[in-house]
Amino acid sequence: MRITQGTFSFLPELTDEEIGLQIAYALRQGWACSVEFTDDPHPRNTYWEMWGLPMFDLHDAAGVLQEVNACRRSYPEHYIKVNAFDSVRGFETMRLSFIVNRPAVEPGFRLERQEAEGRVQRYSMKSYASDRPAGERYATRS
Amino acid sequence: MSVDASLDLPMHERADVPERDEGAHAPTGSRVDLVGLFRESGIGDVLAELDRDLVGLAPVKTRIREIAAHLLVERARETLGIVSGAPTLHMCFSGNPGTGKTTVALRMAEVLHRLGYIRRNHLVSVTRDDLVGQYIGHTAPKTRDVLKRAMGGVLFIDEAYYLYRPENERDYGQEAIEILLQTMENQRGDLVVILAGYESRMETFFQSNPGFRSRIAHHITFPDYDAAELLTIAERMLATMHYRLDAESRQAFADYLDRRIRQPNFANARSVRNALDRARLRQANRLFADAMGGAGAADAATLTLLSATDIRASRVFDDTSPPGPA
Repeated sequence: MRITQGTFSFLPELTDEEIGLQIAYALRQGWACSVEFTDDPHPRNTYWEMWGLPMFDLHDAAGVLQEVNACRRSYPEHYIKVNAFDSVRGFETMRLSFIVNRPAVEPGFRLERQEAEGRVQRYSMKSYASDRPAGERYATRS
Repeated sequence: MSVDASLDLPMHERADVPERDEGAHAPTGSRVDLVGLFRESGIGDVLAELDRDLVGLAPVKTRIREIAAHLLVERARETLGIVSGAPTLHMCFSGNPGTGKTTVALRMAEVLHRLGYIRRNHLVSVTRDDLVGQYIGHTAPKTRDVLKRAMGGVLFIDEAYYLYRPENERDYGQEAIEILLQTMENQRGDLVVILAGYESRMETFFQSNPGFRSRIAHHITFPDYDAAELLTIAERMLATMHYRLDAESRQAFADYLDRRIRQPNFANARSVRNALDRARLRQANRLFADAMGGAGAADAATLTLLSATDIRASRVFDDTSPPGPA
């Protein structure tokens, strides 16, 4: 089940060239790009791990792409995303964030029901991937 | 030496624009007009500007003209669908002090961008301290950050030989060198690296790091300036600072250059700049002494003129002093 988190997530996978174009757009706007990765696909997981520091003062997408590819080589089966942060006063927020790498097989989510007092049901979402410990969640690509 | 800005293309490369259809079986656009490409690319302007702004430096101008011709032919080939890989453009500028290495490197980014070789018109200028860290694990991120900043443009490494310090085994310069070599090879299309330094020390550096020499496509030597070129440089420097020489002081400065060139530790354009600064100092003192002696108000003409006495007061003219080391 392909997770649809972040920008462009309903589009087919972006090619490297297209990723470069998006990064170039972000850099043109003066946003700082950073790369993050995780293997926990839950939509409430906002704390992905950082791959290096955000890259300020960059002018060209090739530098960021280098980092993306290095992250892909180290974690081929994790979700990797590129963030673009706008530091202008009044914004000071992430302006663009899109996933650039996914595991080959994404098992998806299940709905968990919990019975509470009375006949109240409490619902939560759980990903099948997180049944296994971190680092062993996705089969390595052959 | 001023050079004609038009490229001298050998006859067999000139192709004419087809005047009529060659028939349905011939591939469309099988001929390309190099002269037309040259005109519309604006390369002539770039070369003319370089000729104007840089005094002397014949080997540099020749090499840039060759690179421009190469680009032109590359574009022509692209229009016909013959594509070749990105050419290696890494360069090494070697020469004596004050011969214009840093100046030309600063302009090279603009030239290469206008020729269409690099994506971005920016130059990142670093020395050893910006690449090498102080402790284990510091060098790699530092060097990679610099490389990322320079991507798409030109990375200029001044005094490149300081990267390698064989006498200190705790030196991390070698790590920086390795990262540089890797990037220079794998991302040739993204980055142009220009090294610069004094000729003898660059030679030693290349001998101990043969990987560098093989990755650098253009080794350009910056020749020493001759006296006439130095005089032209001096006049240009003075013009930007709003000073002038009259006929007498020009002759005095020519004499000064003749003598100074023969003395040790001559640093070409830099020595000229220092000499001019000293002459300005003497001029200021002279004007001040004159004013104190009751000479009256000074006008713009007086304030901008460097007289022959300001120049001849230099120690270089002092024949009674013992000769310097040969």
